[in-house]
Amino acid sequence: MDLPVIWFAIIAVLWTGFFVLEGFDFGVGVLHQFVGRNDTERRVAINTIGPFWDGNEVWLVVGGAGMFAAFPGWYATMFSSLYLALVVILVALIVRGTAFEFRSKGKTQRWRSSWSWGLVISSAFIPLLLGLGLGDLLAGLPIGSDEEYAGTFWDLFTPYGLLTGILFLSLCLLHGSTFLALKTTDHIRLRSHRLARIFGGLSLVLGLGWVVATYLVTTSLSALATGFLALVVLGVVAAAMMTARERDGWAFAASAVAIGSVSAAIFSSLYPNLMVSSLDPSYSLTIVDTASGDYALGIMTVVAVIMFPLVLLYQGWNYYVFRRRVSAPPTEAGATAVGADN
Amino acid sequence: MHRHRKVGHLRRKLVHGRRCRDRETRVTVVGNVDLARLQFAVTSIYHFIFVPLTIGMAFLVAILQTKWHRSGNEDYRRLTRFFGHLLLINIAVGVVTGLIQEFQFGMNWSAYSRFVGDVFGAPLAMEGLAAFFLESTFLGLWLFGWGRLPKKVHLACIWLVALGASLSAMFIMAANSWMQNPVGYATNADTGRPELNDIGAVFSNPVFLWSYAHVLLAAAVTASVMMLGISAWQIRKRGDGQIFQRSAKVSLAVLFPSIILAMGVGSELGVQEATYQPMKIAAAEAQWETCQPCSFSAFQIGGGNNDQNPQKIIQIPYLLSFLATNSLDGQVIGLNELQAQYEQEYGPGYYIPNVFVQYWSMRLMAYTATLVMLMGLWGLWLWRRGKLLESKWFLRIAPIAIVAPYIMNIAGWLLTENGRQPWVVQGLMLTEDGVSTSVSSTEIIISLVVFITVFIIVGTVWAVLMSRAARSELPEEVPEDQEEAEEPIPTLTY
Repeated sequence: MDLPVIWFAIIAVLWTGFFVLEGFDFGVGVLHQFVGRNDTERRVAINTIGPFWDGNEVWLVVGGAGMFAAFPGWYATMFSSLYLALVVILVALIVRGTAFEFRSKGKTQRWRSSWSWGLVISSAFIPLLLGLGLGDLLAGLPIGSDEEYAGTFWDLFTPYGLLTGILFLSLCLLHGSTFLALKTTDHIRLRSHRLARIFGGLSLVLGLGWVVATYLVTTSLSALATGFLALVVLGVVAAAMMTARERDGWAFAASAVAIGSVSAAIFSSLYPNLMVSSLDPSYSLTIVDTASGDYALGIMTVVAVIMFPLVLLYQGWNYYVFRRRVSAPPTEAGATAVGADN
Repeated sequence: MHRHRKVGHLRRKLVHGRRCRDRETRVTVVGNVDLARLQFAVTSIYHFIFVPLTIGMAFLVAILQTKWHRSGNEDYRRLTRFFGHLLLINIAVGVVTGLIQEFQFGMNWSAYSRFVGDVFGAPLAMEGLAAFFLESTFLGLWLFGWGRLPKKVHLACIWLVALGASLSAMFIMAANSWMQNPVGYATNADTGRPELNDIGAVFSNPVFLWSYAHVLLAAAVTASVMMLGISAWQIRKRGDGQIFQRSAKVSLAVLFPSIILAMGVGSELGVQEATYQPMKIAAAEAQWETCQPCSFSAFQIGGGNNDQNPQKIIQIPYLLSFLATNSLDGQVIGLNELQAQYEQEYGPGYYIPNVFVQYWSMRLMAYTATLVMLMGLWGLWLWRRGKLLESKWFLRIAPIAIVAPYIMNIAGWLLTENGRQPWVVQGLMLTEDGVSTSVSSTEIIISLVVFITVFIIVGTVWAVLMSRAARSELPEEVPEDQEEAEEPIPTLTY
């Protein structure tokens, strides 16, 4: 394997890792308002992702930076064509990132509910629009022979892209519910089980439709891509079944497989293209055309080989440290009064 | 429809490549360049309001926590939590405004990204892998780990946050310095693009070494002035002198050496820039004609790119020569001569940056830094005489001074980035050639308005929360047994 292909795989792993990890905290971001019936319960829901969400988001940043470094032409074309969609994503990321910290720093009902709704809406829009963008890579956008986008904002809304976005949102909600079921107790856990069943059903319908659509938009599916497509469906089914048996850990693992496989299926169907052109297949951006030189890729490979295992190690340790279920402190259980802790 | 667009698009690109001969196209592209530059300036200056405080405060909080760990003195634990609170609010905004930076190269500057990605992208990817993961993961561990992690491990977490933040700045400064002084690359004969061939050269770029040190020191100054100002306010308003004099002393001990070093390093950075970007330094003195030795003016009346004879007031002989060359009778080549040289080297064009911005941002930075330095000296003198708690004037001025490092930082960035113009990468690519050709001016205007609106909202909340946190009472003392609890009592952090 040569370096550009390795870097394509690294970028696919980063995006897939991003959806597996940040996927559940997007889900929790949307669902906290509904699984929690009072402020304490909502705080419990938010605190389940408290130590993790920030580190999870870095997977997206590194995925983007990796594209810039390894395939500058891909990064340049993709980010300039998705312009307005990315503006919305950025605003949502800003609202979301500040909502966690800001929400807990005010005490009035109105303050907290405003930031909660900010968290709900932003957490829903990001997977929806990122899914749209990733789906568009495969479905094809009007890219000219000069590698530049030649369409309008509305051309971004391809049917396949939209379906991919909606599927990602639905899977984030499923993944968020299985995570909440795994990390909470009592009422919140029960409600999460119910939500997991609902989103499991929804994701199954969407997932099956999406698998067919993927088959239709790609000219020939590789064995690898077919395997990931099968895992999408199997993961959703397993998540629903394990939820029914209250096997929270397995249900969460299954929803992780489902959402990760969507991303992995997109990247493996894309190979060896990076962005399909709907104008002329010969205008499509490919790995070979846009890759950086071997020296730059070699240096980055060395850095990745050293740093990536370390990252997995300390992020894994983070999850180990905060592995317990989160529950309301005895002084606050059932009470709506809140004390602002750090 | 598609075909029509494509043709128009190809034409645009062709014309653009030939420096936009068609007047109509030129208007659009130049309009986009100005809008994209405005957006970059707004978003990156805004981001840099939060960056230096995060870097500096992470270290200061780590120092406070280390002092608690070493001495067992409960005061330091309470101060750690107090200033940690401010750090967290600030980090939240710093991180999310940084996301825009990561995205907007591709969004607004796709031609630039395509051209330089091979070299410029590498430090950004390394930043993510080596710094962002570290900073954000250990921030989560530190914030949620109070009372849950063993004390030593918890202390290590905050140091790793500080390390991650400063590593991140390292990679960004390496990337930025490459734009000021491109090194470690060879131009690919087929594509005409620079390709990385020596990563060591990128990280030993003299502009990088000096500017990275300069940025870290500025971060230490920003955070220590903040800590000093808040401590002074607490001492004066709450009479909490016993505890807050500790943080005041920590911040003074960091502030004075940092500001002195920042000024020294900044001066050497000026010499480096005078070597690699002579326009930048000549414009900072509005030096139109070559001089030797050269004097420095305290301020000027008039001046700008259309006024080559401003009235310079209070000229300090030899100072410019010294600042630009490290020798009292060094030669500084004037803007007119440099312009002639550049035209010969790069073809016709206007290569002089905005002289007004250069001249005044340099002075704003240097004069503000001098005031901060004097305040640090004053504080040290009071400390030595044991009068830190008594000087009403000092305690009153220190909180106001919190704004000074922000002026210093913004002016410093204007100086360095405006001074690089009209280049986006010195000598390799003009800013106007780097812009995205497929993005319309309407789209840039929409994003600019949206970002500014969000910035105003987030900035207001940040300011309110920061000042509320700064004026709040110290967190209460916690009985030892709860800190050491084997099975921690559940608490909600957010």
